[in-house]
Amino acid sequence: MSRAVRFAPLALLLLVIAGLVWRLSTPADTNVRSRLAGKPVPAFNLAAPLPGKPAFSSRDLAMGRPRLVNIFASWCVPCITEVKVLKQLQSRGVAIDGIAIRDRAGDIAAFLARNGDPYARIGSDEQSALQIALGSSGVPESFVVDGRGIIRYQHIGAVEAADVPLILSQLEQAR
Amino acid sequence: MKALLVAIAMLIAAPALADSSLPPAYWAYRQLPNASQEARAQRLMAELRCLVCQGQSIADSDAELAADMRDLVRRRIADGEQPAAIRAWLIERYGTWISYRPTAEPATWPLWLAPIALLAIGLLLLRKRIRTRARP
Amino acid sequence: MMAEIGLAALWLAAGLAALQLVFMPAGLRSAVELSGTMRPVAVAQGALTALAFAMLLVLFARTDLSVALVVANSHSAKPFVYKVAGAWGNHEGSMLLWVTVLAVSGAFIAILSRRLSERTLAAALGAQAALALGFYTFLLLASNPFGRLAPAPLEGRGLNPLLQDPGLAFHPPTLYLGYVGLSVAFSLAFGALLTGEVDSRLARAMRPWVLAAWVFLTLGITAGSYWAYYELGWGGYWFWDPVENASLMPWLAATALLHSINVLAARGALKAWTMMLAVIAFSMSMVGTFLVRSGILTSVHSFAIDPERGTYLLILLGLYVGAAFTLFAWRGASLKEGAPFELVSRESGLVVNNLLLSVILGTVFVGTLYPLFVEALSGEKLSVGAPYFNIVAGPLALLLAVLVGAGPLLSWRRERRPVLKRLVVPALIGVAAIVATFVIAPKMGFLPRLGFGVAAFLAIASLLPLAGRNPLRAPLATWGMVVSHFGIAVALAGMAANSAFTKETLAVARTGERLAVGPWLIQLDSVTPAAGPNWTALEAELHASRGHGREVLRPQTRYFTSPQMETNEAAIQTFWDGQLYTVLGKADPAGGWQLRLWWKPFVTLIWAGGALIGLGGALSLAGRAWRTRRRRPEPEWRTRYA
Repeated sequence: MSRAVRFAPLALLLLVIAGLVWRLSTPADTNVRSRLAGKPVPAFNLAAPLPGKPAFSSRDLAMGRPRLVNIFASWCVPCITEVKVLKQLQSRGVAIDGIAIRDRAGDIAAFLARNGDPYARIGSDEQSALQIALGSSGVPESFVVDGRGIIRYQHIGAVEAADVPLILSQLEQAR
Repeated sequence: MKALLVAIAMLIAAPALADSSLPPAYWAYRQLPNASQEARAQRLMAELRCLVCQGQSIADSDAELAADMRDLVRRRIADGEQPAAIRAWLIERYGTWISYRPTAEPATWPLWLAPIALLAIGLLLLRKRIRTRARP
Repeated sequence: MMAEIGLAALWLAAGLAALQLVFMPAGLRSAVELSGTMRPVAVAQGALTALAFAMLLVLFARTDLSVALVVANSHSAKPFVYKVAGAWGNHEGSMLLWVTVLAVSGAFIAILSRRLSERTLAAALGAQAALALGFYTFLLLASNPFGRLAPAPLEGRGLNPLLQDPGLAFHPPTLYLGYVGLSVAFSLAFGALLTGEVDSRLARAMRPWVLAAWVFLTLGITAGSYWAYYELGWGGYWFWDPVENASLMPWLAATALLHSINVLAARGALKAWTMMLAVIAFSMSMVGTFLVRSGILTSVHSFAIDPERGTYLLILLGLYVGAAFTLFAWRGASLKEGAPFELVSRESGLVVNNLLLSVILGTVFVGTLYPLFVEALSGEKLSVGAPYFNIVAGPLALLLAVLVGAGPLLSWRRERRPVLKRLVVPALIGVAAIVATFVIAPKMGFLPRLGFGVAAFLAIASLLPLAGRNPLRAPLATWGMVVSHFGIAVALAGMAANSAFTKETLAVARTGERLAVGPWLIQLDSVTPAAGPNWTALEAELHASRGHGREVLRPQTRYFTSPQMETNEAAIQTFWDGQLYTVLGKADPAGGWQLRLWWKPFVTLIWAGGALIGLGGALSLAGRAWRTRRRRPEPEWRTRYA
C-alpha cells in the first residue's frame, strides 16, 4: 500500500474535524437574510386595512426620502414592544410604513390603539405575498428603503431600544 | 351543543399559538384540479425548504409561511408558470438555501463530481485486487 | 443514597478503566497474564457501570425529585414505562447508557474471546478501556447524571407529551446498542493493527459483534423511519435529513464491514480494508452522535444546541479516530495481501458489494457535510436534500440490489459452474414485473418501475442459495443471509409501490360530505372535542369504505398547554394491501374542515422489509453462536479458576 493511500484517511479526518470545529465556533445563523438588499423593492400595491390610513404601494417608496418599512402583525408578541421603539423613531423624524401580515382590520386597529401608532401608511398582506416577494421570513422585520426605492438594509427581529442608533445610521446612509 | 364544544375547544387552543387568526390561504391545503399541474406543484414544494421550521420542506410543514408559499406555488403553476422559474424567483429572494435541490452553480460542482470521483478512486484501488484477465 | 452509589460506581469504574489501560503495555509484551489482570478488571468495570445505570433506572422509576436529572426529565404523572424510558431520554442518561453498554461489552470480550491471542486481546481491551475512559471523563466532568438538587422541588418538569411515544422511547437506545457494538469492532481492529495479527481468527472474533451491532442499527433505523412516518403527519418515511443520514452512515459502513469480514474469515484476505472499515464504522457512529448531540446541522429532528458537549464529543472523536488512522498509516504497510481474486468468485462479488456500499456511504457523507464546508469557505448557505441523494444513491442502490441476487451464488476462490444460468428464471421474472408495470400503470416514473423489476428479480434470486438442497438442513447463517436479502427485495417493493401508487387528496369537507382517495370513499361524520391528561383536541370521525365494509378512523389535532404546541395525530389504518393515512387539518373559513388523506398501497412492506433484514442478521448471529458453542473446548483459564 502506498504512503499516500495510508495517510489519506488521516488527512481526510483532519479536514472534517477542521470543518466541524469551525461550525462549533461559528454557530449557524438561523436568520434567513433577504437577497434583495441593494435591489429595488418589488412593485406592489396593498389595500388599506384601516379607513383613516392611506394605503401602501411601492410608488410611496420612491419619493426621494429614505423610509423604514416595518413588517408587523397584531398577533405577533415581540411587535408589541417594537411598536413603542418605532414610536420613538417616528418622533425623531423617521418615516415609517407598516405591512400587516395575515391580519384583520379590527385587530390592527385595536393593536395600534393599545400600543401606539407609528405608521404613516399601512398595507395589508393577507397571504404573506409581499413578505415572500421581499425575501422576508418572519415577523417582525424591517427594511430601510432609500429615496429611489432601493432596499438598503434589512433588520431581522424586533427593533429594540438598543437598535435605534443603528437604524438611524442606516437611514442616514440611505439618504 | 357539539358545535359549541368545538368552538370552546378552538377558543382554548387559539391563544396558545403564535399564529395569525386568519385562515390559511386558499391553495395551501387544497389540490389543483388539474392533476398534472398538481403533480408539478407537489414536486416543487417537496424541494423548497420551509424558512420557519428550516428542517422540513414546505410540502411537509404546518407553518403559516409554508402554507402561504404552497398557495403561491400552486397559483403560479396554475397560471402556467414553469416550476424552474418559480424556484429561481424564490432563490433570488432567499438565496440557494431555500432549494433542497442543489443548483448547477460552480459551488456545487464538487458535490456532483463526488460520486464519480469516489467510484473512480475505488476502482483504482481495486485494480490490483481482482484478476481481470482469465488465467490460462 | 442511590444517586451517590451510582456516582461512586462510575468513579470506581473510571478508575478501573484507567488501570486496564495501564496493564495494556505489559499485556502487549506478554509480561503479565490477562486472566489475573485485564480480564477481572474489565469484568468489574462492566459490573460497576451496570450498577450505576441500574441506580439511574431506579431513581427514574421512583421519580426521585432530589436528583436534578429526574426533575428536568420526569414527572410523577407520567406512565411508568415513560418514567423508566426517561432515564435515557436525555443527554446525561443516554451517555451513561452508552458507556454502560461499552463497559459491559468490554467485560464480554474479556470473558468470551478465546479465539484471539493474549496479545491482541490485551491491546483490544486497552483500546476499549481508552474509549470508556473518555466517556467516563465526559460524564463525570461535564454531564453528571446523578447531581442532586437542594431543596428538592415538588414536581418534575418533564412531561413533554411528544417524548411519550414508544417510537421515541426505544429508537435511540436501539441505535446506541448498534453504535457501541461497532466500538467493539473498533477496539478489536485497533488491537490487531497494533500486534499485526490481522487474520481469520480476528475476523471470527469480530463478526458476532458486527452482526449484533448491525441488527440493532437496522431495527433502530426501521423504527425511526416508521416513527417519522406516523408522527410528522405528511406521510413521508425518509427525508434525507442530516440526523437521518447520521444514523444511515454507520449502517452503510457496518453493512460493508459485515461482508468484508467474511472474506477475511474465509480467505484471510482484505486485511487492511476490513480494519479500515471497522475504524470507519465506529467513526461514523461517533460522527452521528456528534451531529445529533451538538445539533449543528439544521434538522427536522432538532435537538437543543449545546456547543460545550459538542466540543467534548469532537475531541473524543478526533482522539480515537485519529489514533486509529495513525496506527493504520503506520502498520498498514505490514499487512500482506495474498494473490488477487478471480474475477468470478465470491471474493470479487463481496469486493464489488463493498465498493458500491462505500461509494454510497461517501456520497451521503459528502452530501451531509458539503453545505458546512461551502459556508465555511464562501459564507454562502446552500442545501443538499432529497433530490441529490435520490439521484445519486438511488441508481447505485438499485445496482447493488441486482448484484445481491448474484453474489451469494458464487463460490469461493474460483467459480467454475455456469452460475449465470441459475439467474435466468429470476431475471425473466424481473423483466416480467417491468412489463407488468407498463400494463398496470403506463405513466409510472422510471425509478419505481426499475425498483419493481429489481425487487421481483431479487425476491426470487435471494432464495436460490436454499434451492437444490434440503432447506431444513441448510445452516442457520445461510437462512439468515437469505432472509436479509429477501428483506431488501421486500423493502424495495414497498418503496417502489409507495412512490408509484400513492394517492393523495387534500381537500375541505363539511360534515356528511364524502371525499375520494384511490379506491376509498371517505365520509367526514363529525368533528368533536376530545381531551387527554394535558391536551385538548379536535377529533374527526371518518368512515371509509371501498365497495364493502366500513372502517372508522379518528384523526386528531391536539393542542398541548405545556409546552404550548399543536400537533396532528394521524389516524392510520393498515390493510393487507396498504395503509389509509388520514390527518385532520384546520377549520376552513368557508365552512368544513381540511382533511389530508393518503392511500398508500403496500407501504408497510418498507418496514416489513427492514424488519426482515434485521431478523436475518439475528438468525445468522444465532446460527454462528450455536455452532461455535458446540465446537468450543473449555478454555484453559476458565478450568483453572473453576
